[in-house]
Amino acid sequence: MEGFKGGIHPNYSKEKTERLPVIDAKLPKRVVIPISQHIGAPCEPIVKIGDTVKKGQKIGEAKGYVSAPVHSSISGKVTAIGMFPHPSGRDALSIVIESDGADEWVAGLTERSDYLKLPPDELKKIINNAGVVGLGGATFPTHVKLSPPPEKKIRAVILNGAECEPYLTADHRLMVERPEEIVEGLRIILKLLNVQYGYIGVETNKSDAISRLTEIVSKIPKEKTAETYVERSGIEWTKDVETGPNIRVIGLEVKYPQGAEKQLIKATLNREVPSGGLPMDVGVVVQNVGTASAIYNAVRFGRPLIDRITTVTGAVTYPKNFRVRIGTLVSELIEECGGFSEEPGKVIMGGPMMGMGQHTLNVPIIKGSSGLLVLPKTAAGQREFYDCIRCGACVRVCPMGLLPNMLSIYGELRLVDASVEFKPMDCIECGCCSYVCPSKRPIVHFIRYMKNELAIKKTKGKQKKEAVKG
Amino acid sequence: MEKLEELKLVVSSSPHVKSDETIEKIMYTVILALLPAAGAGIYFFGINAVTIILLSIITAVACEALMQKAMGRKIAIKDGSAVLTGLLLAMNLPSNAPWWLVVIGSGFAIIIGKQIFGGLGFNIFNPALAARVFLLISWPVQMTTWPKPATLFSKASVDAVTGATPLGLLKSELLLKNNIGEAANISVVDMIIGNIGGSLGEVSAILLVLGGIFLIYRGYISWHIPASFIGTVIIISAIFWFIDPARYASPLFHALTGGLMLGAFFMATDYVTSPITPKGMLIFGFGCGFITILIRLFGTYPEGVSFAIMLMNLVTPLIDKYVRPSLFGEVKKVA
Repeated sequence: MEGFKGGIHPNYSKEKTERLPVIDAKLPKRVVIPISQHIGAPCEPIVKIGDTVKKGQKIGEAKGYVSAPVHSSISGKVTAIGMFPHPSGRDALSIVIESDGADEWVAGLTERSDYLKLPPDELKKIINNAGVVGLGGATFPTHVKLSPPPEKKIRAVILNGAECEPYLTADHRLMVERPEEIVEGLRIILKLLNVQYGYIGVETNKSDAISRLTEIVSKIPKEKTAETYVERSGIEWTKDVETGPNIRVIGLEVKYPQGAEKQLIKATLNREVPSGGLPMDVGVVVQNVGTASAIYNAVRFGRPLIDRITTVTGAVTYPKNFRVRIGTLVSELIEECGGFSEEPGKVIMGGPMMGMGQHTLNVPIIKGSSGLLVLPKTAAGQREFYDCIRCGACVRVCPMGLLPNMLSIYGELRLVDASVEFKPMDCIECGCCSYVCPSKRPIVHFIRYMKNELAIKKTKGKQKKEAVKG
Repeated sequence: MEKLEELKLVVSSSPHVKSDETIEKIMYTVILALLPAAGAGIYFFGINAVTIILLSIITAVACEALMQKAMGRKIAIKDGSAVLTGLLLAMNLPSNAPWWLVVIGSGFAIIIGKQIFGGLGFNIFNPALAARVFLLISWPVQMTTWPKPATLFSKASVDAVTGATPLGLLKSELLLKNNIGEAANISVVDMIIGNIGGSLGEVSAILLVLGGIFLIYRGYISWHIPASFIGTVIIISAIFWFIDPARYASPLFHALTGGLMLGAFFMATDYVTSPITPKGMLIFGFGCGFITILIRLFGTYPEGVSFAIMLMNLVTPLIDKYVRPSLFGEVKKVA
């Protein structure tokens, strides 16, 4: 299998948690649920202060197509609706719920045992209503991803179980402990998209996950249909043909960023998503394994997305893999891990390569929080950076074939327009370049700056054009 | 909980972990790789070589510090780049070079060759090479008087005997006798170990190659430039040697003499002044090799490595402009 070019081999540091079974985090007394936990329009609160809510009750309604509703993750009472710290770094409108300790499900959740027979539109509606978004971290609303325009013929679905971010073991544990949910989720997606071929890509350092998934996949009952052949001579005969989904578990090279969507497709199917394009341009839909499990739970049991698996690791006394309710505060999880084991320097939501540094521990776990990593003060100092010495290390590791050295210089000099020559918009922000840079240049940071400036210019240009038209 | 509230957390853009590669580590590794060859220079040319190496390094570091202070930059002498430049220049000088020549050269390398352009990362030419060429043009006599190797522990008085380098001999024999004459008698073993005339750090081909392979193994340089540089020299010299072995020296002779190994492994691979993509490196190496052999075979100067690398340094921005890595997902034109 031809992999992608570039990439790095950072210290994976997964040994602390990779063998620890997922445990339920303590039921929080209070949850802070932001109304925006996804890419797209924030949703609108549909509860008032003082309302009692049940676990799984919708408390925020999606506004617009690219949006997702949010649900209460505990049962209790709404005590505040206001601006609270959000993992993105800015305060965001959030609904605060105090627990009544009963942890009761909302009434009227529909269980469906014949879920594979449901029509695609029905499935999509269930997934949308359950507030399922991409759980790998990007949090793109899943129902949108599962609605490719008709002109894009989807031929394969890939589940992303690479989990190439160092430290994180949430997907790993899910694959080991609940492989059947993932495989059933994949079957639902295949059914929904009317696609035959499903792949589950897993880095080969998770051999236990690969064997568990392979075992489950092999148990899928084959459907047999009789097909009739007519020979040229006119003789007719029928034969049983095995149909149904064709699912394969693929072992992937251990290399960061193996789990980046485009690199995953390249490594699994040897197809390159065109520059500026989407996976559906090469006939592929990619979903995270966690998302597949959330889809299964939504469709099979009618349960909306109210919890997720989060690895809490790094400089905490007892690192753990938690199943944690959305809205649980980071401070509580750290406390449940026995507190900090060293003086903390950085608290990162997500992994060390692409996660977000937090300024306070009063931020909630949201749908995209795959991990919580504490770096000790000794490892978190902001280092000064030096001029580029053109060593070329960044060019060698860039999985997108860019010239990060040039982009970082253009970014530093704020040459935003001129930088277009070096394709900043193709950057996937994986961080390989910054990781290897001997001058310690914050290359990705410079590229982010330029991407943002270019995006602003683009919308401004559009508005101008529209103004002229109007 | 109150205690947690007071935490001062660092917030910065991802990635939050970085490799332990630093400029210092790279520079000192390159210096380490050069030391065996520098040691050979000391062995063959005696205590003078030690003086020149130390003088060159000290001048380079002092000039670096002075210039950085004068130009309001951070003093960064501990990054090792000035030490490396000083060492490289020393290895490009004859072992009997007078002290002032060393000081002027080393000062030129740092001040004109590097700091004037903006310091590490911004120079157009390899600073040590720029200084060597400057000295060669300005003081040709001092720069081309080569003491014969007289090993450190031998009784022969150092510097008493001077003679031509193998390439110098080749050129003069060709002029006088219209054939390679005496140059054919130089022992291959001497050329490999470095028992020949030449700049103090360029003579031991074997130790330079080993140093270069060490750097390739450690990933600090890639094989592209040395391979295409040396390969081009060998192939072109082989063609001429096949045509007329009486007038042209063997490819082995060209590969092992002069500054080819030092240049190909340690000077042409300078990050700042060579292309950044593998394809660009191959073109760069080919250009270096082509110009080198052109000068050696048809030029007035016996040796062309320095000029070749400097000329190719000039072409580097052009190569980088046109030779780009292939973009992931670039729409390939269907033929």
